[in-house]
Amino acid sequence: MSSHSAEVHAPVFVGATLAKLEALYPKYPTRMALLLPALWMVQEERGWVSDGAIHEVAEKLELTPAYIRGVITFYTMYHTHPVGRHFIQVCTTSPCNICGAEAVARALLEHTGCGELGATSPDGRFTVMEVECLGACGFTTPMLIDDDFIEGVTVESVPALLARYP
Amino acid sequence: MGYPHPIHPKETPVLSTHFGDAGARTFDGWTSRGGYVALKKALTMTPEQIVDEVKASGLRGRGGAGFPTGLKWSFMPKEDGKVHYLCCNADESEPGTFKDREIIRWTPHALIEGCAIGALAIRAEVAYIYIRGEYTEPCTILQRAVDEAYAAGALGANAFGSGKRLEVIVHRGAGAYICGEETALMNSLEGRRGNPRIKPPFPAVAGLFGLPTTINNVETLAAVPHILNRGAAWYAGLMLGNPKSTGTKLISVCGHVQRPGTYEITLGLPMKELIFDACGGMLPGRTLKAVIPGGSSVPIMTPEEVETCVTDYEGIAAAGSLLGSGGMIVMDDTTDMVYQIMRLARFYAHESCAQCTNCREGTGWTTRILERIVRGEGKPSDLDLLMDLAENMTGKTICVLSDSCATPVVSGIQKFRSEFEAYLSGARAPVLVGV
Ligand SMILES: Cc1cc2nc3c(=O)[nH]c(=O)nc-3n(C[C@H](O)[C@H](O)[C@H](O)COP(=O)(O)O)c2cc1C
Ligand code: SF4
Ligand code: FES
Repeated sequence: MSSHSAEVHAPVFVGATLAKLEALYPKYPTRMALLLPALWMVQEERGWVSDGAIHEVAEKLELTPAYIRGVITFYTMYHTHPVGRHFIQVCTTSPCNICGAEAVARALLEHTGCGELGATSPDGRFTVMEVECLGACGFTTPMLIDDDFIEGVTVESVPALLARYP
Repeated sequence: MGYPHPIHPKETPVLSTHFGDAGARTFDGWTSRGGYVALKKALTMTPEQIVDEVKASGLRGRGGAGFPTGLKWSFMPKEDGKVHYLCCNADESEPGTFKDREIIRWTPHALIEGCAIGALAIRAEVAYIYIRGEYTEPCTILQRAVDEAYAAGALGANAFGSGKRLEVIVHRGAGAYICGEETALMNSLEGRRGNPRIKPPFPAVAGLFGLPTTINNVETLAAVPHILNRGAAWYAGLMLGNPKSTGTKLISVCGHVQRPGTYEITLGLPMKELIFDACGGMLPGRTLKAVIPGGSSVPIMTPEEVETCVTDYEGIAAAGSLLGSGGMIVMDDTTDMVYQIMRLARFYAHESCAQCTNCREGTGWTTRILERIVRGEGKPSDLDLLMDLAENMTGKTICVLSDSCATPVVSGIQKFRSEFEAYLSGARAPVLVGV
């Protein structure tokens, strides 16, 4: 089944999530400024930003879907496709690189079964991405698993760490 | 303090005094540690008085450019009848830099207080803190602190009963280094792609939402309450011989030192003492090869240059590099300079917003040429080609990301040429690129 199937989009902005969005309205002079916060809410609820969600955000914020797509693709953290149950972002930029970050990234690919960067493991459990500097260069190797910021990851600590994310 | 290490005698803890002390994170904890006294004082001062005090302190921007903060604030229009904004730059994404994160997660109220005072100084009622999306834990801590500050009446329509409105709003980014550039940050906050804007107009004239705006780094704003509390003269006296570089600076040191961490030094400390004393020096059996002192965008220094360098704005400039953000990357003799310069180029190529041809094409070509050198497929003319490209990437684009990519390449080729030549001649075995 393709992601473009005619499946009906169940609205994200209802109940508490709608209230959360509306609470932000008075904090900004334009609706457009709510775009990044709204997309975060979608991703927190659904794990990714679907086409249906883009249309819903467009309607809420009085923007066009094409405009929103243009913005989403500028940023690395929004997913426009479903990803593994746990999304791993590991830093390999130079300061981490000189302390062995590429070996950690390779260990992640091996132990998750993802095989290559950006791919999802066959069991749907993990997706591993290489990212640029996470702003924790003194704590090599840092990575994000979902919203958990984890520091000091080594090749040896990878298996036990992954076990915490069923 | 050299978080996560204990305070070293070579340090001067001011901003970092409470790093690692979770009790300082709450409103009550912060208040009992002397917090919010400065804001209460600022609420009784005129904007001019605050600006003059900060001017007299000599405080300079800690985000990279080192522009005098009081002077920047004084550019904001007076009695123009327009809404003004303060933006706090918490995008911290420059490789090697991880100091703002410690301020945000250990002393969030110091930042909130700094934002509130900064807003008063520039006649703004609203301050937006733009925090990078990857800082999940700091963002949660900061938002909790902001909520507490509202609940305690420090922020809101009537800040501390002063009749003045002060709002601090946390805005989360979504992954893009370029959003740390001030005008890109404003575009991103407005709900746009994070493309830097052509200047002029400068933000003080037309910034966020087209209105007069000042943007300051986290560390800059966090220093302000201390200046109001202890006086401009005290702050200006924190220096080691150079009155142009006053105060303390957080230096986040990473790479091949015994104790990586965020150190707070009085500006002017010899770089050698920071690296070899405070950070414990090199790992056993290793020797120093190179230092990138101010985030990845500044020229690479050799051990000889480090030997006599003092760590302040003018001192590092005299040694041929820049203090920049204070993100210090230390590399020892195990480092493959060519590979790491390639990796830095790839960072800039990945982060280029691509609106300027010289940046978009230049960062891409620089990366591809460096990759082929590392793979053993370089051509003898490649070093000249890289230098040529670098020249075309410098001073020709909307923002300086393009220049930042050229900088490590040029200084790398100039100072570590033999390592490039070893790849080109085949004396050094080729290496696989990437993960
Ligand atoms: C590509 C680029 C990235 C930048 N990233 C940051 C950043 O992450 N944090 C920051 O404070 N300043 C960053 N800056 C500098 C800002 O543009 C701006 O000068 C700074 O936030 C001003 O604050 P200050 O005067 O307090 O230093 C960056 C500049 C450029 C060109
Ligand atoms: S120099 Fe690069 S990052 Fe800066 S505006 Fe131009 S293309 Fe964008
Ligand atoms: S380079 Fe890896 S966190 Fe900064």
